[in-house]
Amino acid sequence: MANQPRVIVVGGGLAGLMAAIKIAEFGALVDLLSIVPVKRSHSVCAQGGINGAVNTKGEGDSPGLHFIDTVKGGDFLAHQPPVRDMCDAAPNIIYMFDRMGVPFTRTAEGLIEFRRFGGTLHHRTAHAGATTGQQLLYALDEQVRKFEAEGKITKYEGWEAFYPSIDESGRCVGLTAMDLRNMEIRSFASDAVIYATGGLGAIFGYGTNSVVNTGAAIAGCYQQGAIYGNPEFIQIHPTAISGADKLRLMSESVRGEGGRVWVPKNPKDTRAPLTIPPAERWYFLEEKYPAYGNLVPRDVASREIHHIVQTLGHRVEGEEAVYLDLTHLDPDYLTKKLGGVLEIYEKFKGHDPRKVPMKVAPAVHYSMGGLWVDYKQMTNIPGLFAAGECEYQYHGANRLGANALVACVFGGMVSGVNAFVWAEANAKKERSAAALAATNQKLKSRVNDVLGRAGDENPFGIRRELGQCMNRYVTIVRENESLKKADGMLVDLKKRLARAPLPDAGPWANQSLIHVLELENMIDLSRAITQGALLRDESRGAHFKPAFPNRDDEKWMRSTKASYTPDGPKFDFSETIDTSLKKPVERRYDVLPEHAPKPGGAAAAAH
Amino acid sequence: MESHGHSTNAPISVRVMRRDNPDATPRYEVFQIPHRQNMNVHMCLLEIQENPVTVEGTKTTPVAWDVNCLEEVCGSCTMIINGRARQACSTLVDTLEKPITIEPMTKFTVLRDLQVDRSRMFEDLKKTKSWVPIDGTHALGAGPRYAQDDQLVSYTLSRCMTCGCCVEACPQYGPGSAFIGPAVLSQVRRFNMHPTGKLNKGERLETVMGSGGITDCGSAQVCASVCPKEIPLLDSIAVVARDTTIHALTSWFGK
Repeated sequence: MANQPRVIVVGGGLAGLMAAIKIAEFGALVDLLSIVPVKRSHSVCAQGGINGAVNTKGEGDSPGLHFIDTVKGGDFLAHQPPVRDMCDAAPNIIYMFDRMGVPFTRTAEGLIEFRRFGGTLHHRTAHAGATTGQQLLYALDEQVRKFEAEGKITKYEGWEAFYPSIDESGRCVGLTAMDLRNMEIRSFASDAVIYATGGLGAIFGYGTNSVVNTGAAIAGCYQQGAIYGNPEFIQIHPTAISGADKLRLMSESVRGEGGRVWVPKNPKDTRAPLTIPPAERWYFLEEKYPAYGNLVPRDVASREIHHIVQTLGHRVEGEEAVYLDLTHLDPDYLTKKLGGVLEIYEKFKGHDPRKVPMKVAPAVHYSMGGLWVDYKQMTNIPGLFAAGECEYQYHGANRLGANALVACVFGGMVSGVNAFVWAEANAKKERSAAALAATNQKLKSRVNDVLGRAGDENPFGIRRELGQCMNRYVTIVRENESLKKADGMLVDLKKRLARAPLPDAGPWANQSLIHVLELENMIDLSRAITQGALLRDESRGAHFKPAFPNRDDEKWMRSTKASYTPDGPKFDFSETIDTSLKKPVERRYDVLPEHAPKPGGAAAAAH
Repeated sequence: MESHGHSTNAPISVRVMRRDNPDATPRYEVFQIPHRQNMNVHMCLLEIQENPVTVEGTKTTPVAWDVNCLEEVCGSCTMIINGRARQACSTLVDTLEKPITIEPMTKFTVLRDLQVDRSRMFEDLKKTKSWVPIDGTHALGAGPRYAQDDQLVSYTLSRCMTCGCCVEACPQYGPGSAFIGPAVLSQVRRFNMHPTGKLNKGERLETVMGSGGITDCGSAQVCASVCPKEIPLLDSIAVVARDTTIHALTSWFGK
C-alpha cells in the first residue's frame, strides 16, 4: 500500500507556515519542526510592511513596475522569471492576509493603506502599524493552529534539524533532528522536505537578527551536498540603533513616512541636534539622490552613511552615527503609523523620537544568498526544497525593503505546492531506512565528539570572535587582502573550537552543546560568504570592493554556487542570469526613471 | 557596526534560581558580573554563559533560558526579574535594584533554570478557535472593508505575543486551575469583532462560558497593568463577559 504523502517543513516563520498551510490544504500530512514555538519566530521582527502593486493611489502602479524596481534594486543578479511571478502574485498575497484578519492600517474609505519604501517611487507597501511581520506571522500561526486542531499539521516545537537524509539515488527521504529538551536524536521520514529556516545574521555577531538566525540548519544541507547560492551577498541595513547585545532595526518605513537622514555640516559639531540651524545640517542622501532622496535602496544608503561617518569623519554628538529625524512630523500621526518602532527606540534608548532625532548606524540585516533552488524552489537534491530567507532566488545582489515578506510567503506557497506534487509522485517509493539511520549516526558521532573535547578554549568566546571577524572584514567595504585574512581566521577558529571543552555535559536542555554544533556550521557558511566575496572581483548591490568599483556584467552576470568540501567551499560560476524580461541598465537613483509616477498623467487616469 | 559598551561602573550582583530539570529542587546561585553600558538582563545571562563561575568561585553550568528577538516582540525571554514577570531583553540593568534576582515564571512547568513550558496558552487559543475562518489561501479577492477606528482596536489586541506576563500576575491562573486567562479572552474579543471571525462568535462564547472560562475571572485587575504591550485586557474581559451574558440569554430564549 502506498504511503499517505508526508512532507516535513523545517522552520515556523512566514515561509514555513505558508508552505505547511498549502500542503495541508492539498491533503498531505505535515510535520512542522521549529526551534522556537512558531509564534516566536524571527518574522516578528519585520516592521515596515509587505510590497504588492495594488495601485490604490492613482499612481499607475502595476506588478510589472514592482518587477522592474525589484530586479533593478537587486542590481540584476536575480533570475527574472520567478521575480516576475512573485510580483504578479503579491496583490493577492496581501488580500489573502486581509481575509485572514490582519489588522492592516486603513484609509478613510476602509481600504488597505499603502506607504512608500526604498528603491521605488510608488506607494506599494501594505502595513499593520510598524509591526507588519509580527501581524502576518500571527495570521499564519492562527491558520496553522486550525489545521493542527484538525490533525493535518503536527508541530514539533523545540526541535532543531541538523541533516537532511539522502538515499542512494540522491533523493531526500527525511531528516535527522534533535529534541532541545531531552537531547534525543531522531530521524523523521518523509517524501519531501522543505527548509524555511531564515537567515544567518547571527554569524556576524551584532546585527538586527534574532538569536536563532544562525544559518546552522542550512549549513547542514550544505554539508550534505546542497549547493549554496550567492553567499557573499549580505544586506547591511542603514538604520539600526546601537546596543551591546543587538543592533535594533529602525524600519525603512520611518523614512517612508517622511523621516530625514542628516549630520551636522561641521564634522566636529557636538551641539544637540535641535539647536543646529537647518542651514548647518547636511541632508546628504537628499542632496546626492534628488529623485529617491532618503528612500534609496539599502546598499546605497549604507555605503553613503559609511562614507560620511568612517571616511569623512562626521559625528553626531561625538557618536559614530547619523540622525534619523522625525521631529518635523505630527506626533499623533507618527504613533499611528510607526508606534511599534518608536516604542523600541524609547524602551532601549530612553528618548522619544517624536521629540529628539534618533541616532542610527548601519547593521547586518539580511542574506540575499541562500540555498540554491530552481524555479520550483527545489534544491539540487531532489525532494529537498527551500523557501524564505534561507534560499537565494528573489533578491539578487540587494533586497528592496518590504520585499522580504512577500518573497517568504510566495516562496512558501511555491515550495508547498511543488513539495506536495513531488511527495505524491514519490509516496510509493521506500523512504530509505538506511539513509535515515546514516544521518542519525552522523549526528550522534558529532555529539559524542563535542562532548569529549578537552583543551583551553571557550566556545562562547570563539563565537564572539567569529562575529568580530565577519563584521570587520566581510560587510560594507571588502578588500581582497582582508578577505584572505578573514578566511585564515575562520580556519583557525574551527581548529580552536575542536579544543573547547563544553561547560555543560548534562543530558537535559543542554544549550552549550547546541551552541557548539551551531557554531561549527556557522563557520562553514562564513567561509562560503568570505571566499565568495574574495572571488567576485566587481561591485554589485551589497557587494562593494573599492578596488573593483564597477559592476562587470560581461564577467560577473553569474550566480555564485558554493559546494561544501571538508577543506572549504568549492565554487562554480557557470550559471548565467536569465535577464530575458528586463535588459540590465545602469542602476541610478539620482534621476527619475521612465516609470516614475506622474500625477495627473495618462497612466494615472487610465488605471 | 559593533559596540562593546565598556563601563567603569561597579560589578553587578545577580542571583539566579537554578533547577537542572523539572523534577529537581531549585537552588540559587549568585554571580558577580561586569557592568556594561545599556546592559539588559539578557546580557547578564550571556556573561554567565561565557564564564559560569559563582561569586564563591565555584564552577557551574551556564544558565538555560529562552530568548529570540531581543526587541520585545517575540515574548520568549519572559522571566521573573526582581519579583515581576517581564522580558529580559527590554529590562535594563540600570533601572533595577541590586542584587538582581532572576527566577522562572511560576505558573508553568519549569524545564530547566529559567525555561518554562507555556504551550498551555497556545492550546487554549486552539480551544477558543482563535482564528478567522477562511475558505482557502487561493485568490479570493480582498477582505472586508474595515473602519480605521476598528482597525486600531483590532491591532492593539493583535499585538499580544503570548508572553504570559498577564497570567503570571493573575491570581486565578495556575497549574491547579482551568482558567484560560486574560490573554486568550482578549483574543476571543478580537476574533469576535472581525467581520468574518464573527461567524464563529457563538462557538467561541460557548467555550468561554464553560469551566475555566470568563466566570473564573476574579476581577483582581492586575493583568492589564503588567502587560508589556499595554493591551487593554480589562476592557477585553468586560466585552467578553457582556457578550457571553447576551449570548446566554438569546440562546435560552431562542430554544
